[in-house]
Amino acid sequence: MAIKKNPIIDNIPHEEFQDNETLEKLVEELNQNGVGVVVGALDKLIDWGRSNSLWPLTFATSCCGIEFMAVAAARYDMARFGFEITRNSPRQADVILVNGTITTKMAPVLKRLYNQMADPKYVVAIGGCAISGGPFTKSYHVVKGVDKIIPVDVYVPGCPPRPEAFLYGMMQLQRKVRVENFFGTVNRKEQDPYKEKMDEQYVELLKQQEEA
Amino acid sequence: MEENEKSICPETPQPQPVQEEKKETAPTDKSTSQPTAAPTPKPAAPRPTPPPASPAKNEIKPEVVTPEELHERLAHLKAEGYSLLENLTGTDWGEEGMGVVYSLTNPETFDMTHVKVIAADKETPYLDSVTDLWDIANFYEREVYDFYGIIFLNHPDLRRLFLREDWVGHPFRKNGYEESNNPEIAETDEPISDLAVKYTLTPDGKLHKEETPLFAEEDYVINLGPQHPSTHGVLHFRTRLEGEIITKIDPHLGYIHRGIEKISEELTYPQTLALTDRMDYLGAMQNRHALCMCIEQALGVEVSDRVQVIRTIMDELQRIDSHLLFFSCLCQDLGATTSFLYGFRDREKVLDIFEETCGGRLILNYNMIGGLAYDIHPNFQRRVKEFIPMMRKNLKEYDDIFTGNVIFQNRSKGVGILSKEQVISFGCTGGTGRASGWHNDLRKHRPYAAYDRVEFKEVVRTEGDSFARYMIRLDEIRESLHIIEQLIDNIPEGKIAEKMKPVLKLPVGSYYSAVEGSRGILGVHIESKGDKMPYRLHYRATGLPLVAVMDTACTGYMIADLIAIGGTIDYVVPDIDR
Repeated sequence: MAIKKNPIIDNIPHEEFQDNETLEKLVEELNQNGVGVVVGALDKLIDWGRSNSLWPLTFATSCCGIEFMAVAAARYDMARFGFEITRNSPRQADVILVNGTITTKMAPVLKRLYNQMADPKYVVAIGGCAISGGPFTKSYHVVKGVDKIIPVDVYVPGCPPRPEAFLYGMMQLQRKVRVENFFGTVNRKEQDPYKEKMDEQYVELLKQQEEA
Repeated sequence: MEENEKSICPETPQPQPVQEEKKETAPTDKSTSQPTAAPTPKPAAPRPTPPPASPAKNEIKPEVVTPEELHERLAHLKAEGYSLLENLTGTDWGEEGMGVVYSLTNPETFDMTHVKVIAADKETPYLDSVTDLWDIANFYEREVYDFYGIIFLNHPDLRRLFLREDWVGHPFRKNGYEESNNPEIAETDEPISDLAVKYTLTPDGKLHKEETPLFAEEDYVINLGPQHPSTHGVLHFRTRLEGEIITKIDPHLGYIHRGIEKISEELTYPQTLALTDRMDYLGAMQNRHALCMCIEQALGVEVSDRVQVIRTIMDELQRIDSHLLFFSCLCQDLGATTSFLYGFRDREKVLDIFEETCGGRLILNYNMIGGLAYDIHPNFQRRVKEFIPMMRKNLKEYDDIFTGNVIFQNRSKGVGILSKEQVISFGCTGGTGRASGWHNDLRKHRPYAAYDRVEFKEVVRTEGDSFARYMIRLDEIRESLHIIEQLIDNIPEGKIAEKMKPVLKLPVGSYYSAVEGSRGILGVHIESKGDKMPYRLHYRATGLPLVAVMDTACTGYMIADLIAIGGTIDYVVPDIDR
């Protein structure tokens, strides 16, 4: 884990933080004497926990949603990976699985759902329609790829993808979660893209009020 | 194994009352099913020699009427017994103008008649509304208004049905529609109007627009959807409540409208098949069967006996698949998670059968024009024969764990009652119609494929409530198993596909064919001008009438019952929106 600042602790000089050998030796010694000690970064522990309890939002527009139900059922059993707690409210969900076609009419709704989710949040685009419009790219009413509306972490191709592909895609998301810095960053994946916009609007609003 | 599963199920905390309840329902079940006594498969009757292929037996020759006499003529036909508005297709005939084809059906004999009308004005076409004759005309006419901009005079609520209310233009018009007028991604939330629009004609021949509020100022309206886990897709109900009682539902559709019909107009006939599976994905086989049958009949192609039998078996397997999903989702919506797992366990077995032969689980792409994509897998018959007794056994489990459950019985018996007149007026076919005592199974009344030579019962109930709709589906699984049992050992030898040209041209004319889908009559209406692409391809969605009836079915019941009623009416949203 990257340590960005030099930690200032009075009794321990900074060099000792990078002295891994002594620590490893110490742990080995303790283990030999029957003391169960593990040394690691707290980040890794938290990411391990987070990656194995990703709660998806139940969001399905068409066929892929039925396959998602099959993944949740007994044979494919996504509970093995910790995804089984599907949430009906975006406020409680970690990941939104975009199952199916997103139409022009649905786009603002999806965007709102995404904005309602709490950070850190992830998006998995499932199926050809969510990736690129799929068989409906020619249509006048279909969004050609959900990444035009919200940032996507993992793409799972297929029409609809097989349940194995669902699980593989979710495992890729787990990999992504595991290498993240939970501490040391602001606990956000990216800058809020709407922050500046909001500020501008706010300034304008203030101006209007002042004029009035 | 079975013992274990039973002992872990948490849905039957009090086994005693469940047993009692089950006894009560047992006599009614007996009339339609004998799950335990495995009936010996009867050999299917030999097929009579087919008549020589006559060209286009599904061609419709609609009676053309003028806009002035339209309403009178339709009212007359309704009085003659054609009291079901099976289909309503708007079309832009280009030079001739825009108009509508009404497909009327006699709900007893299933004879059909078609009436065609072309609006006089080409810029702002208008026709008389028939909402006073058929309830379903309300939604059908709104759809036509949305796509073509045909105004229906005296329609009580002529808003757009699928597209956003700020949408510019009518996309199905052959000319005059600019795609660039509308953004691909809408930036703003949809403005949802609270005003019902009514057009009338003033004495001097001008259109008069009249707006009345849908909901009063002091009404308590809650929104269900578009993102709601129990609406089976993305669909928005504006529900007016009086305390806990629903007094009105205004369904808001189109969140998954992909314009399949419009895309199809730019595809060749074999290409159009690809989109059918994605409409009602729980009736993929039947949708494609309907379109293939319509094109084959229009071309005068007679498919081999082997194809007919395999198509029938596949349709029935699809029906079982769909009904199992119905059962699972209904249980899940009502809080019975274990039953959900039971249903999906068995559904996977059906999907295994499909997968081996078709390569797909949900989107199957199996039927082709003139036959099938591939022959059945060598394991097909063995697997199906293993599946039938297993499914019969498991249906008993369903009854044990869910049907007899007191909570479910209380929530479904006497709730959401629809009368026979209502379902006919709304055109609710399939299990929803049959639960209200209407014999509407096309497999019996307009036999196609191999249904004329198998023996099966049309499952009909008379209560019309949620429980009846639920029982119909379970009993239909038994009947489907019975049909498959008769055919599985009797698949005749023959070609799996007729030789077809890669580019097909349908003769000029209008064609209509229908099959019994998983949840009702699925019709295909093709207008051909002799090109390699359909001039107009319209699907009679099975789900649109089912959503239209939600207002009638839920009014007067509690808000908690809405989910149970919606679940048992069993609509699939991508099929409604297309």
